[in-house]
Amino acid sequence: MTRQITFSQAVNEAMAISMREDQDVILLGEDVAGGAAVDHLQDEEAWGGVMGVTKGLVQEFGRDRIIDTPIAEAGYVGAAVTAAATGMRPIAELMFNDFIGSCLDEVMNQGAKLRYMFGGKAKVPLTIRTMHGAGFRAAAQHSQSLYSFFTHIPGIKVVIPSTPYDAKGLLLESIFDDDLVVFFEDKTLYTMKGEVPEGSYRIPFGKADIKRSGEDVTIVAIGKMVHTAMKAADELAKNGVEAEIVDPRTLSPLDEDTILTSVEKTGRLVVVDEANPRCSAATDIAALAADKGFDYLDAPVKMVTAPHTPVPFAPSLEDIYLPTPDKIVKAVQEMTGSELVL
Amino acid sequence: MSQTQTNQAAISKEEAAWMFQKMLEIRHFEDRVHEIFGTGVLPGFVHLYAGEEAIAVGLCSHLDDNDYITSTHRGHGHCIAKGCDLDGMMAEIYGKATGLCKGKGGSMHIADVEKGMLGANGIVGGGFPLAVGAGLTHKLKKTGGVAVCFFGDGANNHGTFHEGINMAAIWNLPVIFVAENNGFAEATPFHYASSCKSIADRAIGYDIPGETVDGKDVVAVREAAQRAVERARNGEGPTLIECVTYRNYGHFEGDAQTYKGEEKVKHLNDLDAIKKFYTYLTEQGIMTEEELDKMDEDVRRDVDRAVEFAEKSPHPLPEQLLEDVYVSYKTDGGAVS
Ligand SMILES: Cc1ncc(C[n+]2csc(CCOP(=O)(O)OP(=O)(O)O)c2C)c(N)n1
Ligand SMILES: [Mg+2]
Repeated sequence: MTRQITFSQAVNEAMAISMREDQDVILLGEDVAGGAAVDHLQDEEAWGGVMGVTKGLVQEFGRDRIIDTPIAEAGYVGAAVTAAATGMRPIAELMFNDFIGSCLDEVMNQGAKLRYMFGGKAKVPLTIRTMHGAGFRAAAQHSQSLYSFFTHIPGIKVVIPSTPYDAKGLLLESIFDDDLVVFFEDKTLYTMKGEVPEGSYRIPFGKADIKRSGEDVTIVAIGKMVHTAMKAADELAKNGVEAEIVDPRTLSPLDEDTILTSVEKTGRLVVVDEANPRCSAATDIAALAADKGFDYLDAPVKMVTAPHTPVPFAPSLEDIYLPTPDKIVKAVQEMTGSELVL
Repeated sequence: MSQTQTNQAAISKEEAAWMFQKMLEIRHFEDRVHEIFGTGVLPGFVHLYAGEEAIAVGLCSHLDDNDYITSTHRGHGHCIAKGCDLDGMMAEIYGKATGLCKGKGGSMHIADVEKGMLGANGIVGGGFPLAVGAGLTHKLKKTGGVAVCFFGDGANNHGTFHEGINMAAIWNLPVIFVAENNGFAEATPFHYASSCKSIADRAIGYDIPGETVDGKDVVAVREAAQRAVERARNGEGPTLIECVTYRNYGHFEGDAQTYKGEEKVKHLNDLDAIKKFYTYLTEQGIMTEEELDKMDEDVRRDVDRAVEFAEKSPHPLPEQLLEDVYVSYKTDGGAVS
């Protein structure tokens, strides 16, 4: 099995497979087909999403199932919540996760809470796919990473894949899961290639993946930061420090066991997260170690995150905003101190 | 709602020169940004205003620095019409320290509060309540100023449209809502996404005046704007003006524009707003061809200078990353960083 496809193709393929398997799966979003009601436009010329991720779906599934919406996030995300609760299995595309500001009520107060408030008498099998991440020169309102925000809210599952393989398997799992899932796609990963099997497969939630094993330090890295951490690990290895890289893949549920087992083995934890640091996934995972893994720790937990600022536009500033391999190496050096010579 | 025709009432030479100048600045600025973007040196997303000049200029011809405007992702034209500095704008688009926002905002967030320009906006529909707030300040502080909210046909379906206009109407605020109906929101046609014949029709629901004008005709836009601005300044409340227009370029730079039809050719030629105004000014004897052509040359030079300024400007320094998050902290308030 050596087929290589991009992250974007993997996401597209997962949607196509789910739509073939289940007639109730539909996709709603702005320009997800593109050019609705333009007479001269052939479906193959249609946008297929602002980044082309949904391209081709309208040709196979038609405009009844690949539905272009007005720019009305509260409207179509809210509609997707009850379409889900009344028998459909929708995927709603929120173009950028930053636009959650326009539909937070529908996600937070409606979709996330129906089941609990109704005493278990409703389910909301809705997947919200959304793009996140800095590094695209897209400035403060198109670059945030808001997964912590959703992780905070009970009733929402939060998925954040780092590779094409994980993206496909996790998206299929998301679509066929009976709860509301927010599925994060890093815009800078879309062109990344990786091995992806042709058919249908699912990756269960709450199962972290060890992307690299090592004995000396555990690095929990979220989303794209897995790749940044891998580069740091290569550097560290040159100096005899073997890092273990844990990719949680889902933040809700969180695979505490895999993280704690790794920390037990290495005695050190660095959390790498490109989101803002306050009340974040990084602080949550650090707290997990303090709470349940204190006895394993040989050094204080370190976090390598963005600063507590919006994402700047200027390339010169955005480059220093994001965690880098250097910053991770430095954090490891600080925590290993004299014990390990780097 | 009424369809307003160009009234042949003459405009003064001084006003005409200002309007033509601003329209040229927008056109040449955008054409240059398009060109430079094509070479790959510009970071980020860029949405160009070329083709829609008559709207921003027609409106802003009635405003001064005390009046506010809110803008959109397609904001360069609004900035220029409101008097933002071309050098500072271009430097902002390059992400340089000399940019109007010190390089921290970029194309989608150019702002100049001293000029009354409350920012381009990355959030569609973001401008409605922002304009209402500026209008509220004007009313409570009795400044006599107005706030103008520019928005697209796509934004007209966002919930904030309803909340914003309704509030402006019940509080009788000096706000003018200006729809720039260029037929598309990204690749989605206006008529597909909007259950209305015109955006102006929606004014009925708020019991305020609404009218549709030819957004390629700066004189027509200016006249409609005059009625609305007068109403607002007289304390008679908000107006909705729909300007029908077309964008010369794609939604953003890089858009293949497959959804556009034959009409695009006409818009670049006969229907072009600048050509139309040029003909009007010369036929009416308000300005001569020589005068207008000279302005064209001068503006091209100004834009060249802006590009040179931007290219030569320094990048922001690392410490600027942490500045301006809060008023009261120099850095990020002691957060982990
Ligand atoms: C809340 C929100 N939803 C979606 C987008 C993505 N988006 C940016 S511009 C745009 C189309 C806007 O169309 P319109 O209002 O007609 O303005 P135009 O681009 O035609 O000037 C969309 C969907 C956004 N920036 N903000
Ligand atoms: Mg439009």
